[in-house]
Formats: sequence, structure tokens, C-alpha cells
Amino acid sequence: MTRIVIGPFNRVEGDLEVTLDVADGAVREARVSAHLYRGFEQILLGRPSEDALVIAPRICGICSVSQSLVVAAMLRAAQGATPAPNGLLLTNIAHAAENVADHLTHFYLFFMPDFARASYAERSWFDAIEARFKATSGTCLREALPARAGLLEIMGLIAGKWPHSLAFRPGGVAHAIDLGGKMRLLAILARFRGFLERAFFGAPIEAVASLRSAEDLDAFVTSAGRSGDFAAFVRIARDLRLHAMGFGPGLMMSGGAYLGAAGHYFPSGVFDARKAALRAFDLAEAREDVSHAFMRESDPNPAKAQTLPDVHREGAYSFAKAPRLSGEPVEVGALARQAVAGHRMIRDLIARAGASNVLARIVARALEIALLAQAMEDWIGDIELKERFCAPDAPTRDGAALGCVEAARGALAHWASLRDDRYTTYQIVAPTTWNFSPRDSAGRPGPLEFALQGLEVGEDGAASIAVQHVVRSFDPCMVCTAH
Amino acid sequence: MARENPFNVLWLQAASCGGCTMSVLESGASGWFEELRAFGIELLWHPSFSEASGREALSILERVESGEIRLDALLIEGAVLCGPDGAGLFNRLSGSGRSLLDWISRLAPLADYCVAVGSCAAFGGVPAATPDPTDARGLQYSSGDLGGALGVEYRSRVGLPVINISGCAPHPQWIMETLQALSLGLFGGADMDSFGRPKLFADHLAHHGCSRNEYYEFKASAEHVFERGCLMEHLGCKATQAVGDCNQRAWNGGGSCTKSGSTCIACTSPGFERAVGFMRTPKVAGIPVGLPLDMPKAWFVALAALSKSATPKRVSENARSDRIEHGPAPGVEKRK
Repeated sequence: MTRIVIGPFNRVEGDLEVTLDVADGAVREARVSAHLYRGFEQILLGRPSEDALVIAPRICGICSVSQSLVVAAMLRAAQGATPAPNGLLLTNIAHAAENVADHLTHFYLFFMPDFARASYAERSWFDAIEARFKATSGTCLREALPARAGLLEIMGLIAGKWPHSLAFRPGGVAHAIDLGGKMRLLAILARFRGFLERAFFGAPIEAVASLRSAEDLDAFVTSAGRSGDFAAFVRIARDLRLHAMGFGPGLMMSGGAYLGAAGHYFPSGVFDARKAALRAFDLAEAREDVSHAFMRESDPNPAKAQTLPDVHREGAYSFAKAPRLSGEPVEVGALARQAVAGHRMIRDLIARAGASNVLARIVARALEIALLAQAMEDWIGDIELKERFCAPDAPTRDGAALGCVEAARGALAHWASLRDDRYTTYQIVAPTTWNFSPRDSAGRPGPLEFALQGLEVGEDGAASIAVQHVVRSFDPCMVCTAH
Repeated sequence: MARENPFNVLWLQAASCGGCTMSVLESGASGWFEELRAFGIELLWHPSFSEASGREALSILERVESGEIRLDALLIEGAVLCGPDGAGLFNRLSGSGRSLLDWISRLAPLADYCVAVGSCAAFGGVPAATPDPTDARGLQYSSGDLGGALGVEYRSRVGLPVINISGCAPHPQWIMETLQALSLGLFGGADMDSFGRPKLFADHLAHHGCSRNEYYEFKASAEHVFERGCLMEHLGCKATQAVGDCNQRAWNGGGSCTKSGSTCIACTSPGFERAVGFMRTPKVAGIPVGLPLDMPKAWFVALAALSKSATPKRVSENARSDRIEHGPAPGVEKRK
């Protein structure tokens, strides 16, 4: 058996290290490490409740709106406040803009450049893919980056700037837009739709949103004259059998995304890919295990735990704790969200492989881009300019408060306890804390560690490109993971 | 503008959120990489974007460290974590076993220019907030005190202290204009303020150009965050004390913090993270403690009293509303 260490594992958000034990050309065991700890949970203790709106978003520069919104949700629970419907609409539009921008950034900057590596030079598709997707120089960047920046102009209107804004409140958003603002939002979306239909999908977004099965997907990407970066990916993925790679452990969950007057736009739930069964989502089942984390023991219940770093802990290999739901590791993200929501193509892609997989993770993000571009147009239309955009704050009640939102990468939850409006506990479990958790005390690997087990790496060892695909298919955010 | 040799830039992330990278990625009408190329700026390695990963990436860093690759500018994003006990083990560079403290201490003396991108790398930023669990420092400052991870005496190879592009996150153009000027040899000590911040943004106050200026003039103040009035008197706004041309540039196509109802938290200032109650104005005897920079207190109080007594109804009522209740009355354009 050979042990290989891969790091800095880049083109992810933050810094990542992956350790593989390889025997007979296949991964026997994998260990995933987060080597940055900043202490946000310690910094939040003792502060006035409202200050979390300033501090917590700065955990993450790529999902800062998600971090703002989970604080707003937690404070809403602590205040017993009811948000203004317009505030929720603008919140959802800004949140969707961030999440779509993240999906695009992942596709164009993090994931696709691996297919432009010299190790694929013999493939028939290589020359075109290298020209289009080569890291830092591919032609796609001249379109995708301005499209991303254009979409993020939504933040200028709603949040003032991105990343890190104080516009998101328990009661809605701090700034009411007027008729001109509503028209500018529509214009930004129209321009972005143009990019998607021209360059990303090469088709109307409705054609992507209406795909219902794996056959539909394959027919879409192989139809005569089909251009677009998404179809190019799916054709490569079929050639490289990415649907048979990087299987998740089974459980997938969503905390529910985009809260509106009638509940979540994408519902909450827990989906078991092994049995195709769906059950209710309840964070009361969540516990964090620190047996392999650079942390001292505390209460495993996030509602009661403290964070006590210990860089010398025996047997530890990551600053990330290991969250488990009823004792099981759980995969989160766009694929989990759409599996829980029951999207037929997504359920089919999982069912055919018997598990979540690399192809399905990327397809789910692309699908969400199409679904959200439509939803954002609808939400803009629903804004009632004569109504309020924010409800006033109310005093916080003493006791426990929980907030949960779906960030681009999955369920993000903050557990806090307040006394006289000051935090006495504060625990954050981020999407990649779930996906890239280390082992627990029962020796159960986290979802990425599980997905890497058994992966064929052949003679390549650390240079194996399959490892790169599996790891990046999760779109990890390492700065959120250990915060 | 064309250079003979590329201007070699190495970008490393220490204890960062990655937000400064996300910000600069918005730069350039044809994308950030085209903009870099137009100035002959070569990214030796960037953690978020480079193809080189793992061993290939470490090899680039080692060749810079050995002097084999010339380092024109070292750009650091994120605070340098010196804890626990000065060992820097709260932040190791994956695959290398070495702390970022160690890597940065070794590389910074080799760079012609050393640039702190964002308030964390400049002053410590949010990771340094009380109780500062990781001994987080800026490159050359700990909060407002000279020192930091590299020490008081540090100078880059051309003799400059660390260039501090503060902000959380900085405007993409603050980063790019500084980098472009460096690549052209047009940036020197005279272009930095007393905290090492480029004057191209630090010669202004965030207040300059604020769209709430009329409310400020009349001290017509918002009491809730969603009201349109001035955010200074009650809601903690520090724009009259914080440097930055924040309200003279378009953020994300046209926004700014104060435009969106986000109070200014002085994110360009050393130690901004030490505040408690960011969105509440501390007062003594009803008068805000933090008054505009270089304005005598007695004058401010007298002017405020005078302007409050002269506030038009339009201004005082709009200030307490979430929208414009009263448009300006016809003046010069009055119909005859």
C-alpha cells in the first residue's frame, strides 16, 4: 500500500488536502483535510445578536449571501418576526444570483479546466475543449466572466455590493426598490438569459428545465447541431464514464431553498439514494463528532456545543468536525436538492447508477441554473412596489435559535443560544462540513472519503485525474468547512 | 504598455474567506484574465484558477523560494495566523506541511512588491476580532499597530513597506489599478497613505458622494435600517470617518453600501472588527462619539442643531420612510 498526499488541491474555494492509501491501482482509503481554522464560532460569543450579520458573512467570500441569510433566519426565529413578502422576494433573487454565479464559477473556472489537461491529449474532443476551457486562458472565460459579473449587478441593486453586505435583515431587505430598480432587474436577467441560451446551453432554458430522464439528457446533448458548453461537458462525461464514478454514501438532504409566502421553492427532505426513499428533514437529528478533528470534546449536539481547537489532538487530521444525521454521513448540494425535490431527470440519473455520481452532480447544477433563471424572472414580476420591503426588528428572546438555508453547495445551519441579546453558544455546520467531513468515532468516512474509496487511479497515483474529477464534482468550499 | 518581460505575480490565500478573489474576478469587460494579459501581468499561480495542483503547484512555490523564478509581486489575501504559540499551525498550506506564516515569511523578502489584498492581510481583519482565537495579524500591521507578521522593519526588494489594499472586500478596481500601476513601475511610496493604503482610494472618505447627502446635511436621520435618512446619528454609519471612494465608484454595476441601507462599518480601517454593536451609534449625552474626521466637535454640534431646525418637511419625512414620500417641489422649472 502506498500513501499519497495531494495538496494544495486547488481550484476549489479555499485550501484542501487529500490523502489516499492506494493498493493495486485503486484507492483503499481516503482522508480529507481542512488546514485552516479562523475561530468564527469563538468570535461570535458574547456579541450582540445583530453583529452576527457583520461577522458571519465574512466566513465565506463565495457564499456570503447564504451566510447573511442564515443569520437573518436564525434572528427571525429569535425575534419571532414575520418578514415582509417583498423582502423575501428580493432576498431570493439575490440569493439565486449568488448561487447561480457559484454554479457558473464552479463549471467554468474550477471543474472544466481538468479536461484541458495534457493527459487527455489523445481524446478526439481534446483540441476543441483545450481551446475553450484551458485554465486562465480558455476562450470561454471571455464570455463567462463578464456574464457572471453582469449577473452580480443584481447585488449592486439589492445588496449594495458583493461579497459581504448588510442589506439582508430578519424582516426582509434594507433598501426598497422602485419601478426603475424593478426594470433594471428584468434587464439584467434578460441579458443573462442571452448568455445562457447562446453559450452555456445553446438552447432555450425551458428546453433544459423540461428534461425528464437520462434519455432526454442524452438526446438533448447529441441532437444535430447542438452547441453549448453544457452539452460539451455531458458528451465528455459519457466518454469518460463519469456517471460511474464518485458514488456518494446514500443519504442526501436539503434544508429547503428560497422561502416564499407558500413555503420553500425547492422543498426540504432527506433522500436515500439506495432505496429511492424520501423522509422528512429534521436537524434535531444532527450531531457533530470530533474524534478526527483538531478539536477537544464538547457536547455533540450543535445546539449546546462549544468549539475548542486543539492542534495537537492525537489521531486528528482536519479542522472540520464530522456532522452526522442519525449517525449517518450525508451528501448535500444541488444534486441532493433536486433529488429531494423529485426532479425526474435527476432521480433517473441517480437510479441508473444506484448512487449519486460525478455526472449527476454537474448536471444538477446546470439544471438549477435553468430553473433559477426562470424563477428569478417570476420573483421580479411578483414584487409589489407599493408594499413594504422590510419589517421592523423585534427584541430577541432568550434561549436557542436555529437558522437553516440552502447555499449553492447545500444545507447551511447556524445554531445559537442567546441571553440578554448576547450569544452564549454559536455553532455553524456548512455544506462542505457535511460533504468533506473526516471520519467519525465509528470509523465511518465522510461523503467525499466514501466517494474516493475504490476509485481506480492506475499507475498515476497522485497525478490521477479521476481524483480531480471526483473531488471537484462536490464543489467544495473549504473556507466554510472549518470556519 | 507592452512589457518586455511578464510582471510575475504570485497570489496566495492565508486565513481568508476568498472574497477578495471573488471581488477581483468581477474586473475587466472581457474578464479578469484578459485584463491581466493586457498589462503583461503573469499569474505564476493562483489557488482558485491555476491548472497546476498539488505537487505541480508546490514546485512553482519552491522555484520562487529558491530564486529560480523572479517574483515581481507577492499578493497575499487573508490574515496571517501566528497562533498557537507563534507556530502558525492554525493555517498550513496543504501538501506542504508548512504554515502560511512560514511560506509568507520566506517569500515576502524575495518580492519586488508585497501587497496585502483586503483588510485581513493588511491589518488582521475579522479573524483578529475579539478574542482573536488564532493570533491573526496583517502582514505589517496588527490592527493599527505597526508590526504584523512580517515585522516593523520589513521592506520589499524595492524598499517599500507592504501595500495595503484594505476593504472587506476591496473594490475590484482598487486591486486592479494598484496592480496595473505596479506593473508599469508607476507606484511608489508617495502613492500610499500613512497606513500603506493606495491613495487612489484612500484619499477619499466613504461619505464623499453618498446618495444620502441631503439627509446628512440636515441631520435627518433614519431610526430603522430600512429608512432613507442618514445612517450616522443612530445606525452606526462610519462613512465620515472611513477612507475609500466607495460612493464615487459603482459596486456591482452601480451599488454601494450606504445606497443599499448597509451602514458603513469602516471596513477599510485598521481594527474595524473590534467594534461591538456595528449598527448602533455609540453616544455620550445624545451626541455621537465618532464625529467626522478633522471636524471640531463644537462646530459639528452647533451646525447639527442649526440644520435640524431648518430641515424641510420633504427631507424630514422622507428620512423616516422606506421610500420617497415627497418629491422635490418645483423650483426653477416651475410652470409660469
